[in-house]
Amino acid sequence: MKTFIGIDLGSTTTKAVVMDERQTVLGRGITNSRSNYDTAATIAKQEALVAARFFLFRKTLSGAVDGDLDGFLAQLERDFRLEQYLEQLADLEQVCERNVATAKFGDAAAGVAAALKTLFSLLQKEAPALFAPGARRKSDFFRDIAGAQYLALGEQVAKDASVRYDMLLNVFDRSIIEVENRVYDASIKTHLLAALERAFVALPHTRAFSERIRKPIQSVLDTDMDETYVVGTGYGRARLPFSKEHIRSEILCHGLGAHVMYPDTATVLDIGGQDTKAIQVDRQGIVESFQMNDRCAAGCGRYLGYIADEMNMGLHELGPLAMKATKTVRINSTCTVFAGAELRDRLALGEKREDIMAGLHRAIVLRAMSILARSGGIRNEFTFTGGVAKNEAAVKALTDLVRENYGEMTLNINPDSIYTGALGAATFAWRAVMEEGKTAEAREKVAA
Amino acid sequence: MNTKTAAKKEVVKEDAMWLQKEMINRNYHEVATAREAGRKVSATFVPGNLNELLMCFDFARRLPETDALQNGLRKKSGKMIMDAERDGHSEDVCTYVKSDLGMMLQGQVGPTGEPMPHPDLLLLSYTGCFTFMKWFELVRQKYDCETVMLHVPYQGDGKISPAMRDYVVKQLKEKVIPTCERISGVKFDIDRLREYMKESVKAEENLVRVLQSAKHRPSPIDGYFGAVYYIGPMFTAFRGVADATRYYEVLWSEVEARIKEGKGPVTPEGDHPGEKYRLVVEGPPNWTSFRDFWKMFYDEGAVVVASTYSKVGGVYDFGFRHDASRPLESLAEYCLGCYTNLNFPQRIDMICRYMDEYQADGLLINSIKSCNSFSAGQLLILREVEKRTGKPAAFVESDLVDPRYFSAANIKNRLESYFQMIKQKRMAVAA
Repeated sequence: MKTFIGIDLGSTTTKAVVMDERQTVLGRGITNSRSNYDTAATIAKQEALVAARFFLFRKTLSGAVDGDLDGFLAQLERDFRLEQYLEQLADLEQVCERNVATAKFGDAAAGVAAALKTLFSLLQKEAPALFAPGARRKSDFFRDIAGAQYLALGEQVAKDASVRYDMLLNVFDRSIIEVENRVYDASIKTHLLAALERAFVALPHTRAFSERIRKPIQSVLDTDMDETYVVGTGYGRARLPFSKEHIRSEILCHGLGAHVMYPDTATVLDIGGQDTKAIQVDRQGIVESFQMNDRCAAGCGRYLGYIADEMNMGLHELGPLAMKATKTVRINSTCTVFAGAELRDRLALGEKREDIMAGLHRAIVLRAMSILARSGGIRNEFTFTGGVAKNEAAVKALTDLVRENYGEMTLNINPDSIYTGALGAATFAWRAVMEEGKTAEAREKVAA
Repeated sequence: MNTKTAAKKEVVKEDAMWLQKEMINRNYHEVATAREAGRKVSATFVPGNLNELLMCFDFARRLPETDALQNGLRKKSGKMIMDAERDGHSEDVCTYVKSDLGMMLQGQVGPTGEPMPHPDLLLLSYTGCFTFMKWFELVRQKYDCETVMLHVPYQGDGKISPAMRDYVVKQLKEKVIPTCERISGVKFDIDRLREYMKESVKAEENLVRVLQSAKHRPSPIDGYFGAVYYIGPMFTAFRGVADATRYYEVLWSEVEARIKEGKGPVTPEGDHPGEKYRLVVEGPPNWTSFRDFWKMFYDEGAVVVASTYSKVGGVYDFGFRHDASRPLESLAEYCLGCYTNLNFPQRIDMICRYMDEYQADGLLINSIKSCNSFSAGQLLILREVEKRTGKPAAFVESDLVDPRYFSAANIKNRLESYFQMIKQKRMAVAA
């Protein structure tokens, strides 16, 4: 089947969206951008294609599974993630072993190698629990999951084996980048089939109709997903292995993506990790004008990340804390560097953390309001995208300020808004082929 | 990432550019050796530059903004600005000013490495930029230079009335000329002024031909990045000098040849790769990353067909010429008509006219962080031009000569978005 793929290489995460000939979104994928955009793009795309297979499973299995199809597919996906995780874990173990051999640990090397063996067998044993129903993971990226486990279990292992914990950490740090940057493309089908077997074990009642499931799944796996046209966007777009024809600015992609999600969108606000964009689009999703922050990333997502670090909290915890505020402390500086100083200053004055948080969120949105004003103001409907749109306190501050300044508006926020740029890119890919009759082009020779 | 080592490649220049380079160097040498030659040194600004008049008194002529931009192009301004900041000037002050003050603090060495003596006379021809006044005030205070101010009334109503012109002429007669005479020791001779002006007109004719050549498709010139070179002699110490007349003859013959051959502009890397987008640009360029900035345009096939910045030292393309038959009145009209002295409706009209006459695809504004004179109201200009022409406009931000305020990734991102936006709009119109 023909697929049209959009990849958005952001500063923090890389996202991909796959759609079919009817512009149905088949799958979405996300990964951390790491320092390697090539890998990030490949992995995000692969994740989206995996999600696309799951979409097709759902379609083909409807009716084949008696009862809870959602439950079955969720189990299948968890098992698939577990298979993936185990493969990467085995890879990580090998790389760690190799790195112990070359590390200058002197007499301690043998002890560290032995401790690693113990540690990895523990990690393997603990793995299924990570992907059990209802298990909470802080992140879905291998580096984060494996890293957290390694840190947690490693301490006791080091103690028991009387090796230095920092040596174990050193080995991890030296190995993770290599593993993280590997693409496990070939094993996806095998993993899916292995996951299927696991799912039958986990959900014994499904065994009764396993043959009804196996066949359609196999046929989906045998369906060739042709990457008909790929469009790349985002800050890392120049790194993508495509010709210029396949590259679009993220401003155009966000504009079009927002239009696809909400066809009545007139104004788009995107607050990402490093920039804030205000975009005006026409009825077809074509960008009419745009404004963005200049060289300073004040008031962008990174500002919240910095505040979270200062407060020793997770990024996703900031919004809920701010929602508990009983008043809004006035914060004037959205300068990321000054943020810590502002924060400590208010704390020293005896202000409550939640009230300060409410102030910080308002400060970010105030800056966005100024950029919106520069772009021509807010028109109905208004769509808010980017990582910060997931933050309820930012949304609340925005809703209040929009009402105060522009009156009642329809404010659209899609739960998948992080994929807006990639969705726009995929739509461009679709248009290129279906409307403009283009075919894929190889990358022009770029001097290394 | 494309990391071609372009810096090592020989920069492609037209003959006229070599000629200009030689003229500029010669002028810096004249300034450097003025004292030995028994000449006095004047300093004045590009908008409202009364070059022919200063020549009547044998002044060696300095133009502090061009000193600053030359230092910017030569990557020397960053340190100068920091020195000026250490001397007490705020981060927000015009970076031309700080570059100039920093250059003096560093021991008065000019952009070409030759000494840069203090001016004997600061001729403040005030044509709409308030900072000019403060700039010379600072220089006067620090180096005790004599200042004479010519107050040019702002075209608030969008026209030059006879009273405005007479007011400027009166100041020229009663204040500016007597001061120049006293400082230089040279008696004013109006016929000498007339002769210079006759020379000016010849150069002005060819400059206009060159600038208007961008109406061709493809445009043989870049009306912004190229034009800042083309306006060089006219806006600085050479208007009224025979060298300038020759420069513009050579330049015009080069441009004419390019038109005949159907060629696009010359870029530092050779011929333009092909015109895809025609733009009008408002606002001064960035000088410290001038070539990187320019490359972002020609790499994407963009050509600037007209710009307002190439009119700061005189708006000639709507018919104004210096007039030797009424020299002082003509100088007054020249000052009154400078771009910086035009009101907003006039600026908007001018840009809309360019958009139409040069068949531009859109307007781009380069907003200068430290230039209130240009930046104030730019967004209103943008909106209005968008509304009147229906063409897309975009906004980038940088600075004149402060290298800290040029974010290549940010500007490139906006420019690419803008070009793609134009392309998309075109496709939508075609569909």
